[in-house]
Amino acid sequence: MPTLEKPELQTPAQDTPLLRIRNLTIEAQTGDQWIQIVHGIDLDLDRGEIVGLIGESGAGKSTVGLAAMGFARQGCRITQGTVEFDGTDLLALSEAARRAYRGKRIAYVAQSAAASFNPAHRLIDQYVEGPLRHGLQSRREAEFSAKALFARLRLPEPDVIGFRYPHQVSGGQLQRAITAMAMSCKPELIVFDEPTTALDVTTQIEVLTTIRDVVRDLGTAAIYITHDLAVVAQMADRIKVLLRGEHVEEAPTREMLANPQEDYTKSLWAVRSFQTDAKAAPPDHVVPTIRVEDISASYRPGQMVLEDISFCVPKGQTVAIVGESGSGKSTVARAITGLLPPLSGRVLLDGEPLPPRLKDRSKDQLRRIQMIYQMPDTALNPKQTIRDVVGRPIRFYRGLTGKALDDEVRALLSAIELEPDVYLDRRMPQLSGGQKQRVGIARALAAEPDFLICDEITSALDQLVAEGILRLLDRVQSDLGLACAFITHDLATVRAIADHVLVMQKGRIVEQGPKADVLTPPHHEYTELLLSSVPEMDPDWLDRTIAEREERGIGISDGSAAEAAAPDDPAAALQPSDS
Amino acid sequence: MIHLTRMILQRLALGVLTLFVVSVVIFGAVELLPGDIAQEILGQSATEQTVAALREELGLNDPAHVRYLNWLGGVLSGDFGRSLANGREISSLLASRFGYTLFLAAYAAAIAVPLAITLGVLAALYCNSIFDRLINILSLSAISFPEFFVAYILLYLLSAEHAIFPSIADYGSQASLGEMLYRTFLPAITLVLVITAHMMRMTRAAIVNLLAQPYIEMARLKGLSPARVILRHALPNALAPIINVVALNLAYLVTGVVIVEVVFVYPGLGQLMVDSVATRDITVVQACCLVFASIYILLNLTADVLSIATNPRLLHRGR
Repeated sequence: MPTLEKPELQTPAQDTPLLRIRNLTIEAQTGDQWIQIVHGIDLDLDRGEIVGLIGESGAGKSTVGLAAMGFARQGCRITQGTVEFDGTDLLALSEAARRAYRGKRIAYVAQSAAASFNPAHRLIDQYVEGPLRHGLQSRREAEFSAKALFARLRLPEPDVIGFRYPHQVSGGQLQRAITAMAMSCKPELIVFDEPTTALDVTTQIEVLTTIRDVVRDLGTAAIYITHDLAVVAQMADRIKVLLRGEHVEEAPTREMLANPQEDYTKSLWAVRSFQTDAKAAPPDHVVPTIRVEDISASYRPGQMVLEDISFCVPKGQTVAIVGESGSGKSTVARAITGLLPPLSGRVLLDGEPLPPRLKDRSKDQLRRIQMIYQMPDTALNPKQTIRDVVGRPIRFYRGLTGKALDDEVRALLSAIELEPDVYLDRRMPQLSGGQKQRVGIARALAAEPDFLICDEITSALDQLVAEGILRLLDRVQSDLGLACAFITHDLATVRAIADHVLVMQKGRIVEQGPKADVLTPPHHEYTELLLSSVPEMDPDWLDRTIAEREERGIGISDGSAAEAAAPDDPAAALQPSDS
Repeated sequence: MIHLTRMILQRLALGVLTLFVVSVVIFGAVELLPGDIAQEILGQSATEQTVAALREELGLNDPAHVRYLNWLGGVLSGDFGRSLANGREISSLLASRFGYTLFLAAYAAAIAVPLAITLGVLAALYCNSIFDRLINILSLSAISFPEFFVAYILLYLLSAEHAIFPSIADYGSQASLGEMLYRTFLPAITLVLVITAHMMRMTRAAIVNLLAQPYIEMARLKGLSPARVILRHALPNALAPIINVVALNLAYLVTGVVIVEVVFVYPGLGQLMVDSVATRDITVVQACCLVFASIYILLNLTADVLSIATNPRLLHRGR
């Protein structure tokens, strides 16, 4: 990178765009090699304009977003191109000169505010750092404007919330606080990098609304990076689609939604087409595979995480358990599997009561209930080959060895659409996200279970990949007649695969019934809130929904009510992540 | 703050328990030593009657648990008994020697801790640069040489070849502070060379470990200078491991100086212990061990408490 210093400010001509990226080429280091990951991207942005960058993971969205600040992550380097901000090529400046732009004129909002706030300092100290270091305001002035901005972003108790540490504030509030921090220097451009991806839908809609209002009011230009088309439709004036570091197409939002030109874009748009036909509940006299009766559970005395949970999962059917983080949906799985023995109530497997505690269950009972986890990266041993991962339950539960074992593993790999000859001896890190999750499914199927618990198995995957997983799961389920509990916060997934839906809030079931009943009005109040919070592709959806809610007096809350479990609550920390 | 106080009390109680166990171990180990103490003190020429009389006088004929309880009772009331070799009160012996050891340890720590942390921060700041590598090589070399070797090299260079510093560190009882610092310079520098590397490398590693954290990237994207990113955003989160390694090294300064004290003929606790082992002055050895153990436990306790006090997530629980 050239380090010659140019005069910092040139006279800003009104007709030059605020940001003008040309032929941006970025390389990333893998081992000893540098591999090109962004191949000559162009991007223009006018003052006050919002452009949405979309694409799947690995498309280079974040890398391009950071390059707009003249920044490359560790292990990445910008090899070609220009990034002209207000007429100055940031890449031609020295690192010190670029620092004068960062935070001050171009700011960044990260995906996970919880990880991006320094745990060692109070929010206010982190907020004032920008204005102070860039010499814009005194500490007093900066604190004053922080409070004003906190109020504007509808944070509760704006005068005092800044004096808390990040761990004392909920996720949705942190996401707003980090937006406030990005705005502390009144930048001309903000890069939003998936700012709502980690949030529940009900929190997301609130954060989206506040972000959009503030950006519009202050006339800030923004690059809005996301993989969620419905979200970008609400936020952006213009959409640019990226695929593996290359430009696919770019058009104004409405045009893009109505009439995508490229095949890849069309495939993104069509992604939510998969849907199974809901099967009718079997007659009452048929014994369901799993029957949960009045289960209550808690992690510490006096604080119930689950109360009066009852439901059935009939053979060959899928029950979707939906709710926000902290609603207790993963705890239901822990209670059924015996990891968290229920305080009261019981679980029946094919009509036989199961011992509440995991260690009291027989090997056969253990075999018949299997789980698939959200993160195959952490659930499956990265040091083991696929042969070991899938072979181990076959050997353990079914006692197969040698040739029989090998044949069984190969059959399972074929069933999950991984070519056995190619993949049998690969290890986890050599697989893509979708392939890892397929191995997770094979591992669960290897035990020949009757009941499968899928805990957010598609949440970490891109939509196209997730759909492949859902199709696979649906196929093996109907082939084997498995009963399935599908835990998710994503209502689109529920629509796709559920036969029966169970809506949870604060450890209780607020509504359950056949999919068609739960997903069509009239809804329970909370189900209604959940359903209406799911963004739609229509660019007017956000305005319309907010208007409807105001009419009905629901209004935007501060997000504290929606997040039941405090982030520093030890009980919540014990639970597997829901998001 | 209440839980912090409670935690300190809990750790203190645990420390006392550990000390109790240590005292049993020390006493047991001494019991296992072969030979008869009375015989050793009086020498080969002593008659059976005098040996028997001395055994009686020292209480050696009592069963082990009785002697242990007598000893423990004395220790708890501040009485470590008398030296077997010269009959002096051990408490007063310890007190004067302990002062010497503490002085040397404090001297070395006052140089080593700031030096190590500064170098560690600089190495992290210029991570993977020539400076970083140079520091790493130098500190690795320093840590690789045994301390008596470093001590003798320093003696040879700075005392024998060029008579800049004295080779005997004992400053007597009348010395001014300047004189004391001057006379103990060589042993202090030897200790500094030995412990700095460890602390410096830990500081660097603890900070570098954090550099991939999203909040460090956020700090950079706010346009902060590299120095501020390291000092303000990385260092506070790296304090717990740094505090722990500093505490361990401080404990080493007090308990591990035996060799350095011997080389420089410095009348500290280490020298006392070595002399007592040589003269089979068991009661003094026991007392020294107990003091060393207490120092270790106390410093580790301090490290634990400080680690928690510097972590807002532990200090400010709840909303």
